[in-house]
Amino acid sequence: MTTARNIKDSLSQAEVTKKKRQFAVLTHLKQNKVAFISFIFLILVHIIVFLGPFAWHVTPEQISKDGSLVGWSLQHPFGTDDLGRDVFSRMLHGGRVTLLVGLCSMLFSLIIGTFIGACAGFLGKAVEAVFMRITEAMMAIPNFFFVLVALTVLGTSPFMVIIVIAFSSWMEIARIVYGETLKWKEYEFVEAANASGASTARIMAKYILPQIIPSIIVSGTLTIAWAILTESAISYLGLGIQPPTATWGNMLQNSQQYIWTAPILGILPGIAITLVVLAYNFLGDGLRDALDPRYVNK
Amino acid sequence: MLRFLIHRIGQSIILLFIVTIITFFLINLAPGGPKGVTRMDASPEERQAMIERYGLDKPVIVRYGEWLKGAIHGDLGISYTSNEPVIKRIDERLPYTIELTVYTIIFSVVFGIIFGVISAIRRGKVLDHLINFVSVIGLSIPAFWLGIMLILLFSVSLHWLPSSGVGPRGSDFNVLGYLAHLIMPVIILSTTVLPNIVRFTRSSMLEVISQNFIRTARAKGAKEVVVIYSHALRNALIPVITIIGVMIPRLLSGAVITESIFGWTGIGNLIIEAANGRDYPLVMGITVVITVVVIICNLLVDLIYSQVDPRVKNVA
Repeated sequence: MTTARNIKDSLSQAEVTKKKRQFAVLTHLKQNKVAFISFIFLILVHIIVFLGPFAWHVTPEQISKDGSLVGWSLQHPFGTDDLGRDVFSRMLHGGRVTLLVGLCSMLFSLIIGTFIGACAGFLGKAVEAVFMRITEAMMAIPNFFFVLVALTVLGTSPFMVIIVIAFSSWMEIARIVYGETLKWKEYEFVEAANASGASTARIMAKYILPQIIPSIIVSGTLTIAWAILTESAISYLGLGIQPPTATWGNMLQNSQQYIWTAPILGILPGIAITLVVLAYNFLGDGLRDALDPRYVNK
Repeated sequence: MLRFLIHRIGQSIILLFIVTIITFFLINLAPGGPKGVTRMDASPEERQAMIERYGLDKPVIVRYGEWLKGAIHGDLGISYTSNEPVIKRIDERLPYTIELTVYTIIFSVVFGIIFGVISAIRRGKVLDHLINFVSVIGLSIPAFWLGIMLILLFSVSLHWLPSSGVGPRGSDFNVLGYLAHLIMPVIILSTTVLPNIVRFTRSSMLEVISQNFIRTARAKGAKEVVVIYSHALRNALIPVITIIGVMIPRLLSGAVITESIFGWTGIGNLIIEAANGRDYPLVMGITVVITVVVIICNLLVDLIYSQVDPRVKNVA
């Protein structure tokens, strides 16, 4: 009888820790002005980029009759580029692609990293040895080299770019999840769940993953920042998503030549990338501080 | 010590082995089969000739075995685009990348530690926030874009610095020209690691300052300068060594972009050429060599760390 009650107590303890943490995180995030502003800014940018094209009907490929490299006008708020395409429209559509690549890469990267890390941590023995060696090997390859090699053989469609970036950036998440799984595995409520006959998958999903979610969110946020930077760099090198599909990265590709005649072509996408990545970095930092156990316990 | 060394070297060899498997099979199992692994611009006859010449009709496992056997003997195959040994092409370029990376590490470590310590001492003050803010901006600006902007400012408008190339070498070497070519690439490459070193030094410093022995030093009346620079800094810098190891792959990744902006004829530029020319043996060779560099650096960092901090040796 007492054992049954102990098990029940331990299991509800898991719920309590979770709630306590969530509450503390929210309070701390609100106090961090920079992170909070970044968060609002990101929401706005995503709304503009994803909903903007529904209001702004000029398509990014359409060649304007006003000619190329024209300046500011009502028809073209940011002018036109070297081929006479509307820069504003290209910024919106390019932003869609860039941000989507960032978000999707992060998502895939989280899935791969969490799977590898959780399996290695929870299953132990051979799985642990193999998965962690692969993780270390992937960490030893400078990831930009990996991305270049993979894109060369797999092609440069947006989908491939997402997959390749994800496969080059899951290692940190795997290590975090691995470490956390090892830690939480030892807790009473997990042992209790184990004793009450729950399956491995169920323990993982119901008791361990929820504890890890905060750390995953932090690395996820920072992974988006990294993915956006990588996408823009490979697009700039001409090895990423190919024109005519616009991305903020490949919009910069030819902009150097026109920097004096049409400076906006070279500056606007660069600023857009910088601000979005900056906001993701600030948000990630803010979340990390908010989730730091040293703050949570206070 | 010897056991630690042997253990770490063994681990490194296993890692390298896994890396070759990942890269080789990624390249060779890509869609299109062996025929896909030849150059796209080749005519069918040329392709057939290449397939026979490079033995591409053999099973992948067999080819991996042959490649590995060659690699152990220092033979990484023949480059498709230049018909020279891959190892020779890498050998011509690698020194330039190492040169650029070493200068960047020195630059980043020196300034990273200085700014990190200032930030820690002035914790919560304006200067701390400013340094943190600039660090995050440094991490967020696309390096290639910042590079273009610097070129436009310092080369195109002001004519202060050369926009590309590795500078005067060999017989017409001169210090000023050499340094002028280094400034912008080093600054751009350091944006990939400098912010991390600043932040890491800061947190390491804060951690040490909060410990008891610092309080003791202060309590016994030591001057603040002595406490910070003699007691705290020395202990705070030990963990900073580890982050240099972590930064090496990132620096080499950054080198690809930096080299391509500034026309620096290193290995980063070579892999872009190889990727564009679909020169698979070269791509494979570069990836393996660059990983060897990373693994050796990590080994060195571990060794240095175990010498400075005896606690590590006992763990291993």
